[in-house]
Formats: sequence, structure tokens, C-alpha cells
Amino acid sequence: MALKIVKGSIDRMFDKNLQDLVRGIRNHKEDEAKYISTCIDEIKQELKQDNIAVKANAVCKLTYLQMLGYDVSWAAFNIVEVMSSSKFTYKRIGYLAASQCFHESTDVIMLTTNQIRKDLSSPNQYDTGVALTGLSCFVTPDLARDLANDIMTLMSHTKPYIRKKAVLIMYKVFLKYPESLRPAFPRLKEKLEDPDPGVQSAAVNVICELARRNPKNYLSLAPLFFKLMTSSTNNWVLIKIIKLFGALTPLEPRLGKKLIEPLTNLIHSTSAMSLLYECVNTVIAVLISLSSGMPNHSASIQLCVQKLRILIEDSDQNLKYLGLLAMSKILKTHPKSVQSHKDLILQCLDDKDESIRLRALDLLYGMVSKKNLMEIVKKLMLHVDKAEGTTYRDELLTKIIDICSQSNYQYITNFEWYISILVELTRLEGTRHGHLIASQMLDVAIRVKAIRAFAVAQMATLLDNAHLLTGNTQRNGICEVLYAAAWICGEFSEHLENPMQTLEAMLRPKVATLPGHIQAVYVQNAAKLFATVLKGEEGNTDGTAAQEASQLMIDRLPLFVQSANLEVQERASCILQLVKYIQKLQQKDVEVAEEVNALFAGELNPVAPKAQKKVPVPEGLDLDAWINEPPSESESEDEQPKAIFAKEEPKHSRPRHTEVDEKELARRREARKQEQANNPFYIKASPSSQKVYQEAPGVEHIPVVQIDLNVPLKVPGLPMSDQYVKMEEERRQKERAEKKKKEKKKRKEKRSGRGKKHDSAPESEEDITPAHMVDIVTEEMPENALPSDDDERDPTDPHKALDIDLDKPLADSEKLPVRSHRAAESQKSPTDGETENATLQEPKKKSSKEKREKKKDKERDRKKSKEEKKKKKHKHEDKEEDLLGGQADEPVLQSEETSQVADPPTSSSTTAEVSDLDFWLSNAPVPSNTQEAATVAAAAPEPSVTAPDSEPDEPKDTEMEETKSSKHKKKKQKKEKEEKEKKKKKKHHHHHHHHSDGAGEESVQNGTVEEEEPLPPMSNYCLLAENSYIKMVYDIQGNLQDGSQVVVSVIFENKCNSFLKSMEFNVLDSLNSKLQRPEGSGPHDGLVVPFQLPPGVSNEARFVFTVQSIVMPQKLKGTLTFIVKNEDDSTHEKLDFKLHFTCTSYLITTPCYSDAFAKLLESGDLKSSSIRLEGVNMPFHHLLARICFHHHFSVVERIDSCASMYSRSIQGHHVCLLVKTSAQTVSIDAKCDEPTLLGNVLDEIKQTFSQC
Amino acid sequence: PFIKKQTKLKTRNYCSFLNVSLYSVQNEDTEQQIIRETFHLVSKRDENVCNFLEGGLLIGGLDYKLIYRHYATLYFVFCVDSSESELGILDLIQVFVETLDKCFENVCELDLIFHVDKVHHILAEMVMGGMVLETNMNEIITQVDAQNKMEKSEAGIAGAPARAVSAVKNMNLPEMPKNINIGDISIKVPNLPSFK
Repeated sequence: MALKIVKGSIDRMFDKNLQDLVRGIRNHKEDEAKYISTCIDEIKQELKQDNIAVKANAVCKLTYLQMLGYDVSWAAFNIVEVMSSSKFTYKRIGYLAASQCFHESTDVIMLTTNQIRKDLSSPNQYDTGVALTGLSCFVTPDLARDLANDIMTLMSHTKPYIRKKAVLIMYKVFLKYPESLRPAFPRLKEKLEDPDPGVQSAAVNVICELARRNPKNYLSLAPLFFKLMTSSTNNWVLIKIIKLFGALTPLEPRLGKKLIEPLTNLIHSTSAMSLLYECVNTVIAVLISLSSGMPNHSASIQLCVQKLRILIEDSDQNLKYLGLLAMSKILKTHPKSVQSHKDLILQCLDDKDESIRLRALDLLYGMVSKKNLMEIVKKLMLHVDKAEGTTYRDELLTKIIDICSQSNYQYITNFEWYISILVELTRLEGTRHGHLIASQMLDVAIRVKAIRAFAVAQMATLLDNAHLLTGNTQRNGICEVLYAAAWICGEFSEHLENPMQTLEAMLRPKVATLPGHIQAVYVQNAAKLFATVLKGEEGNTDGTAAQEASQLMIDRLPLFVQSANLEVQERASCILQLVKYIQKLQQKDVEVAEEVNALFAGELNPVAPKAQKKVPVPEGLDLDAWINEPPSESESEDEQPKAIFAKEEPKHSRPRHTEVDEKELARRREARKQEQANNPFYIKASPSSQKVYQEAPGVEHIPVVQIDLNVPLKVPGLPMSDQYVKMEEERRQKERAEKKKKEKKKRKEKRSGRGKKHDSAPESEEDITPAHMVDIVTEEMPENALPSDDDERDPTDPHKALDIDLDKPLADSEKLPVRSHRAAESQKSPTDGETENATLQEPKKKSSKEKREKKKDKERDRKKSKEEKKKKKHKHEDKEEDLLGGQADEPVLQSEETSQVADPPTSSSTTAEVSDLDFWLSNAPVPSNTQEAATVAAAAPEPSVTAPDSEPDEPKDTEMEETKSSKHKKKKQKKEKEEKEKKKKKKHHHHHHHHSDGAGEESVQNGTVEEEEPLPPMSNYCLLAENSYIKMVYDIQGNLQDGSQVVVSVIFENKCNSFLKSMEFNVLDSLNSKLQRPEGSGPHDGLVVPFQLPPGVSNEARFVFTVQSIVMPQKLKGTLTFIVKNEDDSTHEKLDFKLHFTCTSYLITTPCYSDAFAKLLESGDLKSSSIRLEGVNMPFHHLLARICFHHHFSVVERIDSCASMYSRSIQGHHVCLLVKTSAQTVSIDAKCDEPTLLGNVLDEIKQTFSQC
Repeated sequence: PFIKKQTKLKTRNYCSFLNVSLYSVQNEDTEQQIIRETFHLVSKRDENVCNFLEGGLLIGGLDYKLIYRHYATLYFVFCVDSSESELGILDLIQVFVETLDKCFENVCELDLIFHVDKVHHILAEMVMGGMVLETNMNEIITQVDAQNKMEKSEAGIAGAPARAVSAVKNMNLPEMPKNINIGDISIKVPNLPSFK
């Protein structure tokens, strides 16, 4: 035997190993492919041998070849063979190969299930580890489903090495098999607090990854993560958590508020740049999420910007890059704070690193204002000239255009400048963005009507100099510009100075070398120009010019008629014939100009790109009706469908221009004329404009000469944008001067509209009036276009399936399938074989099931109805069982499918946590724990109040519940926010831990618990009445939903040895307060208590009262009548009582944020009052807890021995308290919008403390 | 998603490998194309520029970044999405290289070329299924050593002849890794801002 092994090894030693292969490949550089193909042949031979060592060696080599890009999928089965070797060495090779070569479509994967399961449960931790590592790379939905339970077991393995890997791989399992998420989640959460840092880090990793995609489902973990964040020292973990918080804050602004402080501390204290950077990032996210609510976080913003500036100034390029990246996030919400660092960002534009320059460019986008646009663009233009790589230059170009055109050209004050910038950009060599420039030219010319004349002049020059653009035939990118130029010249040809010349330029033979689509535009627009020429010449009697034009057309067009491009050919021949016809008419002296012009009459308006998509579906046309229930939102769209079409008509004819009143028009006209006078390109500037200029008030002192000086410096035709910068400066100065003057004279002239804005010496944004009072024609949209076109999440996104509510208790149907396969094996029962079969068949069967399940998931996502989902799930399960049952022995399969795994207690605690999150978020840490203490203490109230006494009251729920547990569940689902409720719930829990579903609450983590002296027991139930048979205690709670209702919960306790029945509860109504009686009963009828009391039992009933005024306390008299039934006789008994409605009972615990609280106090609407309590001998937190508990307040803020508290009445009165304590004196300053109510509440508080 | 792949490239006649299978990549051609593209992008970058490259369509879109480090002739490239901290990954690469250095005892380029499998095994202790598994170098080395020890003990007597032969082979060949000094990696990288 040993000999055989040695012999095998000797055979083997002459085989190539991996090193030999690598060496060989390196030695055969010339004929690598050939060498490798011989190697592959060798490997195939080796794989045929029985010796596993040889096979492993071969597979190892294959892995390397796969890496080089060779197909090795043919060896998949051999890889599985090597994987299943019992030796770790070979197993590892096998798994490595599998992780490299297998993917979802590899069919042998389904053979590996059992092998992997065996390895996962191997006693050798490295076997398990290797299997987990391999599995993480090639896990399929089938594997995930079949192995989910095994992996989940490994999450509690004794070795941290395994735990860590098992936790991490769960993420992959979730992705492939979303159903496993809910059952596995409790355990995953447990691992967040694993003693081993590696395991903990892995759990954080997985949860962060999950939460990043579906953050809202993980909000309830925030307290836990908060605790980790403040306690962990592992920077990896911290970074992950902080990143996670960044994803959570947008959903829960309160969380952000809580985070700011610890994050700021971290920023100050950490020395790790990576951590600092992530903190800054998350603070930014917090600030963004808060920005709507609270503007006062300038300190934090300042801190972030400061830190980022340090990063950007760092010599490390990486930090610089990241600094810029984060800066751009701030920019979106707080542009002002970034703008002050413009210098730094412009400096980054000079950086040698392209990534950094690009980032800086991104920032510039948000930093422009009307004031600095020209300056910034000028700087960018310099960079354009300097830039070497075309990619960067193109990027610059697009950025310039982006910056200028953003928000509908918001920042452009001078469009002539912009046009000249665009024209300058056309001089770029080899840019790919000609079409971009072209579309900008078109857009500006169409939408800015005032600029058309200038634009046309510029475009004519471009056309004239087209040879410069097309000179180099390879620069075809830029010749797109000619497309725009030709179109603008044609469409707005009435502005042309010399249409004939332009016409000539457009018909040059060289045009024929342009791309077809441009030629087509040339031809078409030549015709437009021709029409203009005819029109211009119409007045002239000789008509030679017009005939010349016709002749020119007839001479040149045949060139285009021969074009290979269909479009060009068609248009050219059409127009040629037309012109020939016109020429004939001309020769007969027929006036044709008008008719020719009619060909091109009409105006083109811009239409928004999304306009078509946004046309709402008209009423009655419900395309989705037969597929889905029409969504409810669609109703609002349907409301006014007629308006869409009615209103659109006038818009088409001439947008809003007409609405401008005469005065406005005059003003605009004047402004324009002034600008024209200012502008040397307006050759036609008539003397009259100069007159107007001089007549304009307050400008006499501006030397006209200065402007004239500029004129000769310019080469007409190719404008220099720089000059506009200068001119713009002058213009602004002038405007400022004018305004100042006007202010002095306090004249109210025609410019009063502008003059109203006061300007201080430094020019503010609004003061810069655009040089062109332009009509920026907005893009047309259907009237009630849908405001949002939501980016639907990619349906193929695997994370979509993981959008699962984790707080819902686990249903039985969700338990992970455990296959009893191995157990069956050991039984060696006859069913064994069948199980085996089932396992092998499973993949095929399952795949169809998988599809069904996926479909179901989607459906579920859409509807988000938990109920429905559950139902379906059950249905589905049934179906599945039927399906399988038909094929095989039912009992076996059932045991395979549904053995339960998850431990039930953890799953039920989640609901409590949701409400706990609110609790955690809504209070400052300190008060929250006093309340916690209060609840703990409240666990043991007076002995006479037995279990049901503490049954929490539900204001809305007047009916008595049948069983307590069912009620409990119902309540959980409601997730009531009020702390009161919660407190009660907890109290309830302490009484009822025999109820299984309450048990989980004990494990609730609050994250903020501090050790403080426990509170004495407290109860809000006070005695109503008592005699030898019965005792009644009661509590009154306001109903938040209805401002006029309070709910009285009365606990009836049978004190005697007899049976109490037929209890009737009746109250004498007052004018203000009335007992709500069922319909049909008289105003004096009693209410039947819906239960009977056996001896020693107590139960609770609720009665709803309507109250009108709540400012005064009041008492109602009432009677309880009941029958005492003994064995032999029964007696009627009655008990009188007085219900005391305190003002406190009208208050509802309402959380309040400190900022809202401050605002409330500042508002001045509240009346104040105060009391002093002497000799109060209890810790401050007890005091607060008492006020909270007995008087339904919540603590807003607590600082040392001073606390602010808040509550609200059922009718919406705000009650604010400021509680201060020194020695044994407590002073309470209170404010409320109803002084009477306040006085009474304070009296009641006083009484509470006098009793103790 | 996160560390989608780990590519190592050599300047000349580049050799490269992917650790984590790319779930989005359907065939080997795309995989190779990604490697080529990445190599092309990374290798033409100057020293002294930042170590991040923003994702193109090929590597999965805007959410992804290439983060690399350059040691002598080797580039270590990680492709990560936005859930990873950029600076964190740079540190991770540093940890990886230092681990390699410890495991190979003064690692050089040829070590990595001839022992690709070992590099994979080391990496598997750090990154699993595209997620960071362990960042503590000592822990990684302990686990790697333990596994190597197991491998040795399994080989036992049966492995001896093979080892002898491979030793002889190496002796005879001029291209013995340790004799060749090209591409020695200097592990002393400029000190990073402290992370751990």
C-alpha cells in the first residue's frame, strides 16, 4: 500500500506543477497559445488518472489558466472531485478553482450541495472555512436555500473564525434567497454584540450592506448601532456604522440630531483620516436631512467645510480628491459656505491630477452666481486653451456649457457674451462635442429672442469662415456647429445684415464635403434665405438683386441634387424646381416674395424633452385598468383634464410675451437699446439710440467716448468674450451709479421697479440685472404634467428582493427549510432512498418554484400589504405541498420542508423595538432613563391591584377584549408612538411574563440606560369606591384622536366569596361631561359591564366620556349596581362613587423637540404662571418621573437640576414647564395658552407632591 | 458588491488575477476585458496623483471606484462600491501587501507570479465574497500559517519526493525566483495617516 503511494508520487514528480507551468509560459512568450494548448492536453491526461493528488495538481494549473482567460469550464466536474477530497490540501485547491470558475449557470453546482454541507459540519475548522469561502463566490439560489440553515447554525459556532465567515456569507445567502433574511435576522443581530471583534465587524458589515439598500427596515437598529458607535474602538467598524447612519438619517431627522454631537466629537478627536472623512461625510448627510427643518447648524457646516479645506490643502492627492468629493455634497444644500472657498477650488483646477481637476470642475458647477459666472468661465477658457488631453478638454467644454446653461441660463446676464463663448469654443481642435455647442447655439437663439440679431450676425460669420472649421477634414466633430449656424441664419434671416452674402456662403461647393445631415440643413435654409432676399428686394423696382439670387440658387443647387445623401438630394431637387419656377415668374415681373415667404412662415417653439411623456392620461382612458387596480393617485390627475388642451392653445401662439404690460415693454425696449448702444457689434446703432442713451436719467456723466474707444479694437466677426467681461463690469458700475443717484434724489421714475431694491456697497446677487431683459422662453410642458417621474429601481436589482420588513414577528411558514436528509440516512428506513431521489430531483423542481417565489416577491413589494402577503404565503405553501405530495411520500417531504429553526422568543421582541426607537429618539438620554426606571418600579404597585389592573388602556378601544393575549398582539401592531403606551406596555410585561409573546421585551436595548436609583412604585390608578363586595380603581386618559373624548378605565375587583354579575355602571351627566351610551339608550340608562366576576377576580372596563371644556377639573357622581349571587340566594347591591376628572387627565404625553419647544416659548402666545414646592425630598429624576408619569408630561431637555417638560391637552393646548430644584425647594415655571387649565394643572402637581 | 475584484497587474506582459468572481460578468471575455481596461487606466497614471479612478460602465457604473496602490512594478487594484471607505481600502491594500511580505518573507514580484494560489489563499482570509473579512494582520497570518501547517502535515512522507524533485528543478533553472531581483517591492510605503 505504502509502496503504491510512493510509486504514485514518483510518477507525479515529473508532472508539471504550477510553478513549472508559469515558468513554461514565461519561456514561451512567442508561442504562448501553442504552449498552453499542449499544457491543457497534458492536464486532460492527468485528470483521467485516479490519483487525487495528480488531479489536484491539474486543477491547480487550470485555475491559473482560467485566470489568464482560458476556458476551463469543461473541467467543472473534476473540480468537484477535487473539492470532495478528504485532504485539506486538495480540498482547498478544489474550492479555490470552484470559486474562480463556477458561476450560476455551471450545472455541476447542484452536485455539490451535499459535499458542501458535509464540509460545513466538518470537525476541522479549516475545512469549514474553505467551504464557506468557496461558497461565497459561487452560491446559487438553490444552494442558498438548501444550505441557509446549516450556515445559520454555524453563526453560533464555538470558533470565532467560523462565526465570522458564516456571518459574512449570510449576506450572499440573503441575496440569493431573500426568504432567509427574516428567520436569520435575529441571530445576525445578536452577532453585533459578539465578544470577538472580527465577528462583530462581520455582522456590522452585513447589516450595513443590507441597510444601505433598504434603510427604512433597519431604522429600529439605530439605538444598537449608536451604542456600538460610542463604544467601539475598531475603526473599520466605526466607519461602517457611520456610513450606515449616513444612509439612515435621511429617513429620520431626529436620528441626525442625535448624531451630530458624537460625530462632532469624533471629528475633533480622531487621528485617523479615514474615520474623520467618513464622519464629515455623515455629518453632511445629517445636515442635508435637517436642512429643511432647522437652518441653525452653521457651526457644524463650518466645521465640516473647515476640515474639508484642510483635506483639500493636504499634499496627499487622495485626501485632496476626497475633500473635493465631500465638498460637492455640501454644495448642494449649503452653497454659500462652499462658495467662500472658491479660491481653493480654482487652484485645484491647476492640479496635475485629472481626477482632482474633474472633481473641482464639479464643484464649480454649483458655485457660480450671476456675479462670478463670467470670471469663472474666463478661467475655464484659459484651461481649455492649456489642456492637452482631449478627454479633459472635452470635459471642460461640457462643464462650461453645463455651468452656463444650468437652471435655464439662470446666471447668464449677458447672452452676447455667452454666444461669443460658444463661438470661441468652436475653435477647439478635435473636440467630440460639436453637437453640444450646436444645440446650445440653437437653444439660446430660439429661446432668447433679444439675442437673435446678434446670434445671426455671429452665425453668418461662422458660415462665412466655414473653411476654418472644416479645413481639416478629420475635425468633423466641430462641423456640427455649422448645422446650428445654417439653421439660425435661415430661420432668423430677417435679422441678417447681408443675406445675399450668407446665401452665397451657404452654397459654396465646399459645402458638399460636409456630412449629409448638415448639407440638408444648408439646402433647406438656403431656401429660407432666398425667401428673405426676395422679400428684401421687393420694394426695389429693378429687381436685379432678386434675380441674381435666383440665378445663384439655380447655379449652385445642382451640386446638391447629385448628392449621395437622400435627404440632401430630395430637398435640393425640390427647391431647385421651385426656384426655377420663381425665376420664371420673376421674369414676368410677378410679385412672388410674399408667397415664397409663406413657405417658411410660423414660429418654432421649444418643447421640453419630457413633454410627451408627461402628458397625463385623459379621463376615461385607463390603460392599466384591466391589468391592475387603478392606483389612487391617478384620481388627482384626472380632475381637470380639460384644462390641458384648452390652455395649451394660446401658449403655442406666443408665450407670455403678450402678457407683459406696456410699461414693462417700454422699459425693456429701452434697456435693450441701451445695451445695443453699448455694444459695438450693433453696427446699425442709429443716432436715435444714442439720443435715448443720453436722455436716460443719471447717466450723463458716463463718457460715451469710453465705449467708442473699444470699437476699433475689435475685429468684427470673431468676438472676444473677454471684452464682455469688461463691458459687463462697466454696465454694472453704471447701474450702481444710477441707482445711487436715484436714491439720493428719491426720484420715482420709470425704473422704480428696479430701484426699490436697496443696495449696499457690495453688490448683491439680485442687484445684477441682466443686460438683456430677455424672455427666456421656457420649454413647453403639458399643463398638469406629473411633477415627478420616479426612477424606478432597476427591477433586476437583487437588493430589491431584500426589502423585507424585519420587525414583523416571524410566521411559521417562514421558517428556514431544514432537510432531514442526514437523519433519514441514519435511520436506514425504506424512505431513505426516496429522500435521496428527492434531493437529486430537487434542483429542477425548485427552479420553477424559485421563479414563482420571485414573482411573488415582486408582487409583495408592490402592494406592501402584509396581510395579503401572509395569505398568499399560506396559499403558496399549500400548493407546494400538494405538488410535492403528488410525487413522493408525503410525510418525508413535509419533514424536509418545514422543520422549524428559529427561536421564537427573539422574533417577538422586534415590535417593541420599533416603538422603542421612537422612545429613544424622542427624548434626551437622561429623562429617558428616568422613565425607564419609572416603568421598572411601576412593576410592583399596590398588592391589591392584581394582574389585570395594569392592563394598558387603549383610548380608542372601548370594547372589552376577549383574551388578553389577543389584545396584546393587536396593540403591538399598532405601534403607538406615545411613551405612555409604551410605559404601560412594559409595566404590563412585568405583570405578564407568563404571556409568551411579551417575553422578548426584556431583551430590549435602550442604548442610553444609566444606573440610577430605582424609583418608588407608582400607579395612576386611584380608588373610585369600595365596599365589602367590590373595589373599583380608575384612571383617565385623553383620546388623542378626538379632542372631546376621554376614556375612563375602571378595574373592578371582586372582594367577596360570591359571584358578582349584572353589573351596571351609570353616571349622572353634567352639562360639560357626558357618558357615551350606545345608540338607542336613554340619557339616564346605565351601561352594562360586559363581564362577570368570580370570587377574587378583577377585570377592567372602559367608558368613554365626551367633554366640552377641559380647563377645569370636575366631578361626576355615579352608581354601580350589581347582583351578588351566592349558592342559595342573590342580592341586589349598589355602590356610589365620584369620578374625578382632573385637568391632568386631559393631557396627553407628547414628545417635543427642544427647538420646537424654544420656538413655542418665544412665540409669546403663552401665559405664564409658577409654583414652588417646599420640602420635596426626592432625587430630581424621581421628581421628573413623577411629573411624567402622573401628569403626562415628557421631558424636553434636562440640564443638571433643571428640566424643561412638555405636554399637550386633547384640545391642543401646549403646556410647558421649567422645573428647577435647589435643596428641597422645587420651583416650577409654567406656560400655557390657557391660564385656567395651567393653574389647575399646577395645583394638581402640587397636590401630587404634597401627598408624598 | 464592494470589493468586486482584486486585480494584480504587472507592467510588462501583465499577469493578473481576479479573486472574487464577478457576479455581473457573464463570460471570461468581459473579465479579461475589464482586466485589460483597468491595467490600461491604472498603468498610465503618474506617480503622485490620487489613487482613485472613477468607475466606468465596464466595472459597474458610477457607484464603483477603482482604488489602487502601486508598488514597484506591481499594481494592486480593488474595485469597490460606495459602501466602502476609500481610505479604508487603501489601508486594506497596505495590510494585504504587508501580509504578503510576512508570508513570503520579503515578497518580490516573482513570488506572486509563481505562487498565485498562495496569494489567493491569503487574500481569502482578508476578503470573502467581496466583503472585507479581516483587517487584523496578525490574525490573518495566524490563520494562513495554521493552514499551511496542515498542508505540510498532510503531505508527510508521500509529499517528500515531489518536494525533492521540485527543489532539484529549481536548482537547475536560472530563473529561480530568489536569484532574480527585478521588481523587489519596497514595503516601506510612506506612512499613511494612522488608521489602526
